[in-house]
Amino acid sequence: MTTVAATAHATHAHHDDRSFIQKYIFSTDHKIIGIQFLFLSLFFLMVGGLLAMQIRWQLAFPGKPMPGGGILPETMAPGGVLLPEYYLQLVTMHGTFMVFFAIMLLLVGVYANFLIPLKIGAHDMAFPRVNMASFWSAFASGIVMLMSLFVPEGSSRAGWTMYVPLSARHDYSGAEFGQEMWSISIILFGLSSILGSLNYITTVINNRAVGMTWFRMPLSVWALFITAILGLLAVPVLAGAAIMLLFEQVLGTHFFDPTAGGQPILWQHLFWFFGHPEVYILILPAMGMTSELIANGSRKPIFGYHSMVFAIAGIAFLGWIVWGHHMFVSGMNPTLGSSFMVSTLLIAVPSAIKVFNWMGTMWRGNLRFHVPMLHGVAFVAMFTIGGLSGIFMAATPVDMFIHDTYFIVAHLHYVLFGGSLFAIFGAIVFWYPKMFGRMMNETWGKIHFWLTFIFYNGTFFPMHIIGMAGHMRRLYDPTIYDFLKPMQPMNQFISICAFLLYGSQIIFFVNFWWSMFKGKKAPLNPWDDNGLEWTTPSPAPHGNWDTLPTVYRGPYEFSVPGMSEDYLPQNRKLPTDREPVMTPAAGH
Amino acid sequence: MHWWLPPQGSTFAPQIDWMFTAILIITGITFVGVELGLLWFIFAYRERPGRKAYFTHGNTSAEIIWTAIPAVTMVILGLMSNGLWVKIKGRNSVPANAYPIGVHAKQFEWWFTYPGPDGKLGRVSPALVSKTTNPTGLDPDDPASHDDIVVRNQLHVPVGRPVVAYLTAEDVIHSFYVPEFRVRQDVVPGMEIRSWFEATVPGTYELGCSQLCGLGHYKMRAQVFVHTQEDFDAWMQQRAAQAKGGATP
Repeated sequence: MTTVAATAHATHAHHDDRSFIQKYIFSTDHKIIGIQFLFLSLFFLMVGGLLAMQIRWQLAFPGKPMPGGGILPETMAPGGVLLPEYYLQLVTMHGTFMVFFAIMLLLVGVYANFLIPLKIGAHDMAFPRVNMASFWSAFASGIVMLMSLFVPEGSSRAGWTMYVPLSARHDYSGAEFGQEMWSISIILFGLSSILGSLNYITTVINNRAVGMTWFRMPLSVWALFITAILGLLAVPVLAGAAIMLLFEQVLGTHFFDPTAGGQPILWQHLFWFFGHPEVYILILPAMGMTSELIANGSRKPIFGYHSMVFAIAGIAFLGWIVWGHHMFVSGMNPTLGSSFMVSTLLIAVPSAIKVFNWMGTMWRGNLRFHVPMLHGVAFVAMFTIGGLSGIFMAATPVDMFIHDTYFIVAHLHYVLFGGSLFAIFGAIVFWYPKMFGRMMNETWGKIHFWLTFIFYNGTFFPMHIIGMAGHMRRLYDPTIYDFLKPMQPMNQFISICAFLLYGSQIIFFVNFWWSMFKGKKAPLNPWDDNGLEWTTPSPAPHGNWDTLPTVYRGPYEFSVPGMSEDYLPQNRKLPTDREPVMTPAAGH
Repeated sequence: MHWWLPPQGSTFAPQIDWMFTAILIITGITFVGVELGLLWFIFAYRERPGRKAYFTHGNTSAEIIWTAIPAVTMVILGLMSNGLWVKIKGRNSVPANAYPIGVHAKQFEWWFTYPGPDGKLGRVSPALVSKTTNPTGLDPDDPASHDDIVVRNQLHVPVGRPVVAYLTAEDVIHSFYVPEFRVRQDVVPGMEIRSWFEATVPGTYELGCSQLCGLGHYKMRAQVFVHTQEDFDAWMQQRAAQAKGGATP
């Protein structure tokens, strides 16, 4: 390792004579930016979870003082009893933090930055400074959103979907600064996301190593690339809508105000025109990374690589024309509902292809159950539930009944927690040695996995049942309704599982920080993987490679007959391999 | 604890429940198949010394089969759902003899307007709303409005007769939701949305707001009384007499 680093230092253009601030704070190195995004998004994951715990307390024990709630100010929870206005802030901020600042930043911010150059064999992103700007605008956006909880009247109370007119007028929602700060934060977030997407797309198109043809790209890179395109098409709409909302709030415009000829439903169209592609922004990179974990854990090539790529593209394309399925009961023309139902149901097809191909990958494999593989298999098992429960809502007449009930809450958490978050945990463990040069503890990783898996299902599966029974979302006190009173024991069961689920994450956080300093030193290729990222030392030096690798094959050549090892790195030249043709694009 | 869908209280309920059950069976079979398959693979293909994975890049015919089956299933599901959707929400779905009721939602209460003896709802206009004297904005210039009866937080409907609700909102978006009827419709300011249903079982139910509408959202609740036609007429007469006597609810 030392020799490689020394040569890199001696010959490479990127001399590491940068100051501490250039190296770790205002860094243009994609790996440092990825790690900065990781710390930021894990922080928001923790805070978002903490808000969820308070929501669960109130739902299980409405009106009872919350343990530890005494430290909250009078305006939130006098005597530890949550106020309705604080409850609505919790609901709104939990959704906002988790969707934008936890899952989206974890997938796109962390892994698009960290993985794309390492996996395609590039020195860095195409526009390193734009990349830095992307992180710092996301950081500013997060600070504004977090601060909004502490301004007079607290944060936004209109739900993370911010439906107008509730979100637009102080006399309707009871919050002023908080509402405006939500809009400002989302505008900044949009800027960050657009800058990031431009960069990822350009990098993948222009900066691939020699021999890294499109269909030799790892599926994680394919997924991140298509996600970036999706983001570039969707996020500007959100940013535009947030600007309109801010104008509505502070300048008194009437885009959405029916008393002056505006249309409340316009907001929903704009929001979901972004919001549904967003759902796929939050799952496609997770699917791509799961493919890496499953192929590696199964020691087998991905089953049907090409159809996996086309399925990603198919989901992205369909995901872009289904936003109206959030609006079946919104008052939108019901005929429009029919067409959105058809496009929505069709998404089941590429999703099914992916699930069956992951199973095909495991079939007759030689399964190594390292921690990332456990998370990868859990992703497949849980995403299947989330995907199947989506079919209920896609069917318009059934949606009329289960819309805005806990059935939806169960569905979206099966996709975003059972799907995305399991893949994220797997990815963090898998690429941890690449980031920090050390391994995370395996035993504690397995304990964390099993506790999370059990309590996660205990928390979210029963939500299907109370949702079927008609339990609505976002109720401060469900016991107001006679028909919801008998569901209180189930609500308490869910909450207890949720507390244990949150508690289990302490294991992960301790493991994460402890391993950074005390973990086992990582070997060059700890998972016997084929990816280019394992051909450079961990952590990789600034510029990644001294001489860029040349690629001779696809990323999933595991257990090739006739080989002594069960893996075959993308850059290893066999006597039968021909030298790839140098393309002009690759000659950077 | 209730472990299934709520009791069926409208003509839509058995149809929607049938659809729900059909989807539950299809997804249930897929779910059990996938999860059992995963468990089987986890057990059968776990790493053992000396084993090597089977080297394959895929199988086109297998992939075509597992693409075609979901595609055909989804098309059939879509056609079935759409048939029911058109019956519930289609442009001409509201039966001609449906009894009209005005539903006016505001933070955080429901106001119901009944047509009175003439069977016609008076015109409403948001500009005429007054908190104390005219909560739903009935237009006094419309003769049809003179006998209309306005009641707060109580929806009374006759059993076995289609009812069409004319939904309006005063401030923010609310949502009209009666679980037993399987009916949910957002109520949007600036729009008048029609939603119809036919109650099948006399009794008392709860109507809830199911779209976050502000601080009091959780208690924006009304009672629904499904009467036999005679009871409904009797209630209506009593209300009409009260209204003449000047008593307000």
